[in-house]
Amino acid sequence: MTRFLHSFMDFLRLLGHETVNRVWRLGYGSRFFFAVLFRSGASLTRGRLILREIWFSGVLSLIIILISGLFVGLVLGLQGYEILQRFGSAGALGTMVALSLLRELGPVVAALLFASRAGSAITAEIGLMKATEQLKAMDMMAVDPVARVVAPRFWGGVISMPFLAALFSTMGIFGGWLIGVVFIGVDDGIFWSSMQASVDFRHDVWNGILKSFVFGVAVSQIAVFEGFDSEPTAEGVSRAITRTVVTSALAILALDFVLTSFMFRGIS
Amino acid sequence: MQAYRLLLLSGLHQLRKFTVDDHLVSIENLCFDYGGKPVLRGIDMHIPKGRVVAIMGGSGCGKTTLLRLIGGQLRPTSGQVKVAGEEVSALGLAELYALRRRMGMLFQFGALFTDLSVFDNVAFPLREHTDLPESMIRDLVLMKLQAVGLRGARDLMPSALSGGMARRVALARAVALDPALILYDEPFTGLDPISLGVIGHLIRRLNDALGATSIMVTHDVHESMQMVDYIYFISAGTIVAEGTPDEIRASRDPFVDQFVQAKADGPVPYHFPAPNIAADFGLTMDTGALA
Repeated sequence: MTRFLHSFMDFLRLLGHETVNRVWRLGYGSRFFFAVLFRSGASLTRGRLILREIWFSGVLSLIIILISGLFVGLVLGLQGYEILQRFGSAGALGTMVALSLLRELGPVVAALLFASRAGSAITAEIGLMKATEQLKAMDMMAVDPVARVVAPRFWGGVISMPFLAALFSTMGIFGGWLIGVVFIGVDDGIFWSSMQASVDFRHDVWNGILKSFVFGVAVSQIAVFEGFDSEPTAEGVSRAITRTVVTSALAILALDFVLTSFMFRGIS
Repeated sequence: MQAYRLLLLSGLHQLRKFTVDDHLVSIENLCFDYGGKPVLRGIDMHIPKGRVVAIMGGSGCGKTTLLRLIGGQLRPTSGQVKVAGEEVSALGLAELYALRRRMGMLFQFGALFTDLSVFDNVAFPLREHTDLPESMIRDLVLMKLQAVGLRGARDLMPSALSGGMARRVALARAVALDPALILYDEPFTGLDPISLGVIGHLIRRLNDALGATSIMVTHDVHESMQMVDYIYFISAGTIVAEGTPDEIRASRDPFVDQFVQAKADGPVPYHFPAPNIAADFGLTMDTGALA
């Protein structure tokens, strides 16, 4: 009986410890987020620092984003046609492809890809800079690592994300057109005109861009925080990279649900 | 006339302050705990301007912690660290950074920025802290690199450097802003004898050429003895011995003797504290059981 009680107490202790730890880390992460925002001034006035990060996390992610966008569009075209033609409305293929990409798939899938391609790289870079004492050396040179290293990477990610999502959607729509119109033979005019008639710029395109901006903030913040907070060892950095990808994915999907429920509620 | 006198008085005051307080670094009754465990206990040190001072002790005795406290990367539990008359732990971030601009630090493995070339590494502090034109930065960087003998390596990336070269580049970067105080964290670790001699020679020469003060944390006895002005020995968080190299050589202190002669056992025990050996191996002292 006492043994059972002991192990139960141990379990409770572990649970409490884990909970306190997680809440503490969440608080620390939030404070770090505000620290990055407050200390962004120097990097925002030095555009070259941010341009370099846009190159590394944005431009170098283009290939994976464009190819994935194309394939997602191809699959949407195939599946969409197959389903729509059952109801005799294959002409709505353009609408279906465009709306699903602009509203959901574009921002969400592009953000997931961005987290695994650029987010992990940001975490690894900052984590290794920490492990090799580069951040400490910078701090000792009276250069604030948060302002010089973290803030440019954060803003580089935030700026890149909406463009990547928009390009993803564009490639997807092109893929849907390729399958639907070129290969299956849906009427070209109907494909585009139905899309034009049903896609609203403010409601669909703009909300999609807003979503990808929010995802960009979330992924970039998680990536820089995990890198900055990683244990300065090989194992610690690898764990931090894993956490970046997992936490980003969960954050993107959860945020997507919240944003969707606010943006597209009660729309016919 | 009144204003002139005031100006003269304040100038004299400045001058007196400069000459009377000639200790660049003063440490008084410094204690530091890490996770409830005392690391440093009651350290007192006064380091005059222009000297090269070594802090020695075994691994994990708290000497690197001491260096971090001087650089303001850690805050003391009690006691105080003063650098150039300013109490380091009482400074805000902006004031601390202003102080650090007059400090240079060489890290154990150099800590060069791996995404920047040798030239850009040395230029980094100049570009961050000054508005000098690029042509002047180029001249300054090449002068610093010339001083460490690596002017020809300016275009290499840090990954292409040997350990000794990386340490020399880091040294050039540490002195890029002509600091008043240079801190060295284990500058000799992992170097071959030639590089070791080169670094030792450079530390002394740069200190004298810049009119700086150097504090070096190390456990390399022989290299240090040849080049420093004063040595502190730290063990278990306190200063156990101090003196000039000659005084240290002549010292009969058991700790200094063990350290300088590299003896395995002495005041620093060979064995980590452990339970009784017989009990640990499950042997009883009952002789009947052995028979």
